[in-house]
Amino acid sequence: MKKISARQKSEFIWGWLFILPTMLGLIVLNIYPMIDTVRQSFYKTGDFGKGNVFVGLKNYEKVLGDSEVWQALWNTVKYAIVEVPFSVVIALLLAVLLNKKLKGRDVFRTIFFLPMVVAPAAIAMVWKWLYNSNFGLINNVFHIKVNWISSPSLAIYSIAVIGIWSMLGYNMVLFLAGLQEVPRDFYEAAAIDGANGWDQLIHITVPLISPTIFFVIVTRIIGAMQVFDLIYMMIDLNNPAWKKTESLVFLFYKYSFEQSKKGYGATVVVVLLIVIMILTGIQLIGQKKWVHYS
Amino acid sequence: MKSKNIISNTIIYIILILVSITMLVPFLWMFLTAFKSVSETTQVDPFVIIPKVWKVENFSNVIKAMDFVRLYANTIMMVALRILCAIITSTLSGYAFARLEFKGKNLMFALVLLQMMIPVQIFIIPQYVMVSNLHMTNSVLGLLFPGVVSAFGAFLMRQAYMQLPRDLEEAARLDGCSIPQTFYFIMAPLAKSSMIALGIFTAVFAYKDLMWPMIVCPDNRATTLASALAKMNGQYSQKYPELMMAALISCVPMIIIYIIFQKQFIEGIATSGGKL
Repeated sequence: MKKISARQKSEFIWGWLFILPTMLGLIVLNIYPMIDTVRQSFYKTGDFGKGNVFVGLKNYEKVLGDSEVWQALWNTVKYAIVEVPFSVVIALLLAVLLNKKLKGRDVFRTIFFLPMVVAPAAIAMVWKWLYNSNFGLINNVFHIKVNWISSPSLAIYSIAVIGIWSMLGYNMVLFLAGLQEVPRDFYEAAAIDGANGWDQLIHITVPLISPTIFFVIVTRIIGAMQVFDLIYMMIDLNNPAWKKTESLVFLFYKYSFEQSKKGYGATVVVVLLIVIMILTGIQLIGQKKWVHYS
Repeated sequence: MKSKNIISNTIIYIILILVSITMLVPFLWMFLTAFKSVSETTQVDPFVIIPKVWKVENFSNVIKAMDFVRLYANTIMMVALRILCAIITSTLSGYAFARLEFKGKNLMFALVLLQMMIPVQIFIIPQYVMVSNLHMTNSVLGLLFPGVVSAFGAFLMRQAYMQLPRDLEEAARLDGCSIPQTFYFIMAPLAKSSMIALGIFTAVFAYKDLMWPMIVCPDNRATTLASALAKMNGQYSQKYPELMMAALISCVPMIIIYIIFQKQFIEGIATSGGKL
């Protein structure tokens, strides 16, 4: 038998002691809750303190037949389809502009990043006021009369605009970090060959920072699929756009904590997890076609 | 060539300034509305941009109505405790994951990674049940609860330690330092910049979080700024100056801290966010 050295023994003991607080915390706060949420999705929450009843897959059957859940999924997807591409493309273009030696570069960067340090609750309140159809700044400055957040067909897109506005600076800062790694001489060589700014963007910048772009898209889609704060703050119960703006996490919150139907709420969030895993899986497969790791 | 450069630079500046205006107008509008009277906010002909009389009393009215001193105290305590817990537990585990060899390490690290990829909502119902069984609702401990440890922090600190050279540790070991001594005197101080990044990241996301404080601290006196704003949003629906004043009070200190430490903020979020 191999003799265990004193050093190995000491690394074993201290290694476990060092990770113990983190692991204990994760098991109690995350691993157990995750298992418990999945378990609860097979139960119907008992009324008035009566015990929970095992119902097997009934909650899932109910979710799949629940038009409100499907509508919420569709609302969430609509939000993500607008928020993610625009916030990624605009942020990338801004990052390219700011990657040059410009006067006031840091000032612009600071301004674009500003929404990141403000609570979405406050941001939503301001935008709700900007969007106000009678007294809002937007309608009065442009002399229009649009029901930005009470028109059922428009509201979710108006909310997605706030999402774009909030995420721009964050995505841009991640892209700027990625651009630092691109060697300058690539551009100089391309400029000598007569490539214009657009060619350089498409043929040099995008391929070279494709790992960063991929990372931002994956994490932004996961984030957008969990949209809650903005919608919760913008849409009142008596808003006619209510049903057309509810997101999946909003439904989860409503079922679990406003209506105390925790079993059904758990089912909705498990469905959300599955949707996110599928979307992420598709991207992981698709990345081979366009992401270049050096 | 030179004139072409001037033209393209002008276009770039125009774009950057237009985007800046778009980013700043909502904040400016929040500020201007916060000092208006209700009647100024509900007239459109003429549309009032700058308040005729700056109603400074909006500030004291809102502070009295919402007890912002208390909301700030709650938020600061929650954020401070979460930063402290995340940095201590993550630095320890990050170091062990990066630099120590022991049986079971890879399995434990896989658990950390798994946990990072899962949407947080999946933890919330059981976490809430635990908090309420422990009678910690409407308390700072309840607000802290899900932030006692951080899988992301452990991951970030592991990355930080992987990038540090090994020589110092070897030297310390040859000098007879034990593992905890090496960690405490040499390796922990070396990871300061990553600790700051983790602290900023933790602070920003804790301060912005809305759902958890709404669930565990429904009481106005025990909750955080974000959750109190949500409540006010429902109750003050037509009083725009008060609403904007509340939003302003809740974000101005954070904005000032951000502007002073902008470099640390942006780099902290970029380095930690980029590794997520």
